[in-house]
Amino acid sequence: MAGIAGYGAFIPRRRITTEEIARQWGKDPGTIQRGLMLKEKSVPGFDEDTITISVAAGRAALARAGVSPSRVGAVYIGSESHPYAVKPSGTVVAEALGIGPEVHVADFEFACKAGTEAMFVALALVESGRVDYALAVGADTSQGAPDDALEYSASAGGAAFLFGRDDPLVEVVDTISFTTDTPDFWRREGEFYPRHGGRFTGEPAYFKHVTEATTRILDKTGLKPEDFRFVVFHMPNGKFPLSVGKSLGFTREQIDPGWVVPTMGNTYSGSSPTGLAAVLDVADPDDLILITSFGSGAGSDSFVLRATGLLPQRRGLAPSVRSMLDGPRRYVTYGEYAKYREKIIVND
Amino acid sequence: MPSPRYWREIPSRYRLEATRCGDCGRVSYPPRRICPECRSTDGETIELSHEGRVLTYTVVHVPPDDFLMEAPYALAVVETPEGARMMVQVADCDPASVEAGMMVALEFRLIRREGKGGILCYGYKAVPAYPMGGEAEAELRSKESEVAHA
Amino acid sequence: MREVAIVAAGMTHFGELWGASLRDLFVEAAQGALTAAGTDHLDAIYVGNMSAGQFVGQEHLGPLMADHLGMAGVPSVRVESACASGGVALRTAFLEVASGASDLVLAAGVEKMNDGADVTAILATASDQETEVYHGATFPGLYALIARAHMAAHGTTEEDLAWVSVKNHRHGALNERAQFQRELTTDQVLSSALVSEPLRLLHCSPVSDGAAAVLVCPLDQASKYTDHPVVIRGTAMATASLALTDRRDMAFLDSVAASGARAYEMAGIGPEQVDVAEVHDCFSIAEICCIEALGFAPLGEGRHCARTGETALGGRIPVNTSGGLKSKGHPVGATGIAQAVELFEQLTGASGDRQVHGAEFGLAQNMGGTGASSVVHIFQAV
Ligand SMILES: [Zn+2]
Repeated sequence: MAGIAGYGAFIPRRRITTEEIARQWGKDPGTIQRGLMLKEKSVPGFDEDTITISVAAGRAALARAGVSPSRVGAVYIGSESHPYAVKPSGTVVAEALGIGPEVHVADFEFACKAGTEAMFVALALVESGRVDYALAVGADTSQGAPDDALEYSASAGGAAFLFGRDDPLVEVVDTISFTTDTPDFWRREGEFYPRHGGRFTGEPAYFKHVTEATTRILDKTGLKPEDFRFVVFHMPNGKFPLSVGKSLGFTREQIDPGWVVPTMGNTYSGSSPTGLAAVLDVADPDDLILITSFGSGAGSDSFVLRATGLLPQRRGLAPSVRSMLDGPRRYVTYGEYAKYREKIIVND
Repeated sequence: MPSPRYWREIPSRYRLEATRCGDCGRVSYPPRRICPECRSTDGETIELSHEGRVLTYTVVHVPPDDFLMEAPYALAVVETPEGARMMVQVADCDPASVEAGMMVALEFRLIRREGKGGILCYGYKAVPAYPMGGEAEAELRSKESEVAHA
Repeated sequence: MREVAIVAAGMTHFGELWGASLRDLFVEAAQGALTAAGTDHLDAIYVGNMSAGQFVGQEHLGPLMADHLGMAGVPSVRVESACASGGVALRTAFLEVASGASDLVLAAGVEKMNDGADVTAILATASDQETEVYHGATFPGLYALIARAHMAAHGTTEEDLAWVSVKNHRHGALNERAQFQRELTTDQVLSSALVSEPLRLLHCSPVSDGAAAVLVCPLDQASKYTDHPVVIRGTAMATASLALTDRRDMAFLDSVAASGARAYEMAGIGPEQVDVAEVHDCFSIAEICCIEALGFAPLGEGRHCARTGETALGGRIPVNTSGGLKSKGHPVGATGIAQAVELFEQLTGASGDRQVHGAEFGLAQNMGGTGASSVVHIFQAV
């Protein structure tokens, strides 16, 4: 059965606290921390972008898989912050990882589900027998407009999954995708910051699509929430995944290991993939794992996964998500944050 | 930087390709056709490890215009276990904490950008070698539940 | 080879010369030398210049300068070896005269740095673009790496570095052509702004405009132009890797040692016979490295010389009596010739308050990049 042969994540080492951002705009930090359930978020340096995060995560995935880069036949990068508007991120990632040149490369964009979209296609390509291995990455250096609710969550990071047919660390039991046209969040060509429909991003967008995809894959596989040891939902803030999980019948014990958002923020295309990587850092053989992403626009991808006996043997070959979240990190002021995120106008 | 000049250097900039002399063993980074030590042309292409040690360093306070937003930054000469030396920035730490002898990891980063509309130029920067695995990792893992319920 | 002498010199003030263009600077210095020699004839011109193409957008300096000097028709070429361009122009002129190909050659150097360009980026082009500059290296940054290596190897301190600036400003205060004709204290140096740690602003030579020129001819024809020629007894050049990372020892300047050794051999003297020297103190650490490589101080002991006064006027071996690059100024392409001008004056007794009395042998050392090229000349009063 095809599955995940290797996985890896990368989270930049700078952080800004919810409190620091709230203070900048004269807001009450306590209200925001409680409302969004966000403590802090990762901040990319001037030298970090979707490409560098993808290379770091991809390198970890290859290390855990123990697969020669020459056997990777596809590289797909899902992001809504590809550094170039025209010119692929994936070509840099493939070259840096020593993959190719006989390789299919594409960049994906579907708001916050570009990462699982890349995973979906990579898996299908492997299952079809067209390639031996396919690398899928979800990574972002997300933007949120100043003083917008998104500014407290939009962060940087990502995860990479190498799909293959032989000896997977995690088997893919089934997948489903649920998509409608719902303009809840968007960024027009040439615009710097995304815009959104406020509360319209909730019920008709996030909750509807996550619920539909999850319910449908449970029906399709005949599984019930209690059959899973872990579940990961897209994490636009701390609250949404807990609410949707509760309404679908999942417990905090199932959600918490992949609920990385309180200290990572929302890494957009990297959000649910990084949550999944955090789960793979702790899952035991035969554990069932459910992941449902969400991308504005809108759609959700669900995957049902089962850990194999190889997983515990391989995960020590690269850093865990928690070690990156809780490990060495530097807190920045709002001023530094504004500089790193290029919100300050400077001369050319 | 004109894109052909950037593109030509991709093997060494993206994958740390170097030349090991077949006669005297000297490792040159980036690759060279003729060994600077013994003039041998019998070189083998190798990929350097993504780690090394700081030999000497400085903190640049007055940068060229292209690096204005990044100053002050630490710049160091790093030696890899293969004996190759390279000049790289030391990122993700207080520049004042960089010192000779410090162990570093090499991470793929955006090094420079050609103005607002030009190409993006990638390569490696050093970062402090952070603990991974063993006790240090176990200690971090033990904090997991606290953080999850924060 | 014929014996070759310097018979006349000319030089502009060094500094921020807003009213003077690149060609104005050259003409002033060159005409000064021609006037001193009482001639309006030249067989050839060599113009030392690092980067007029980048500083002011002008290449092809040979014919431009010959034309503006009123010498269109004369063979004239620009020579380049970064900050050693001036020294290389003099060496090239020497070789042309020594060979018998020409009898009277102008060796000049000129740089116009204050014209609005990104000086830090332009100077950095003298180091390795692909392995150093790509990663954000600057010239002060590279010399700072050398300083740190020297500190680690020999215990050199920031105060030792500061004393070099203090000593050279003391000399420059006596030089009316210097960019900074004023003294400094070590406190001022050590509290100036950080440029690239451990180097501070007052450890660095300034950004300067200026030009210098000397006339060289066979010694046996010198009396046509002057009663006090100075003979070029030794000329030598050496190179080292452009990139610091490729050096066997970052704290030792191999090219300076090699060019020095070759020049001493040609002149038939050793460092102990040199009475006065101009060395390339683009940064204070450079003077320490250079006097060690040239044998004026044992390896690791160069750091003490400015403080003890060994290299000051009145000391064992006065170094940079002109004020050096630090105080006199460093219009990069002009520097090598300006060193020769200072020694021409010293060896002809024309240095006024800075005069090293009874000086017979003078040594000039001029280098490019972080010492990737070095030129040494040894002069003798006759
Ligand atoms: Zn060799």
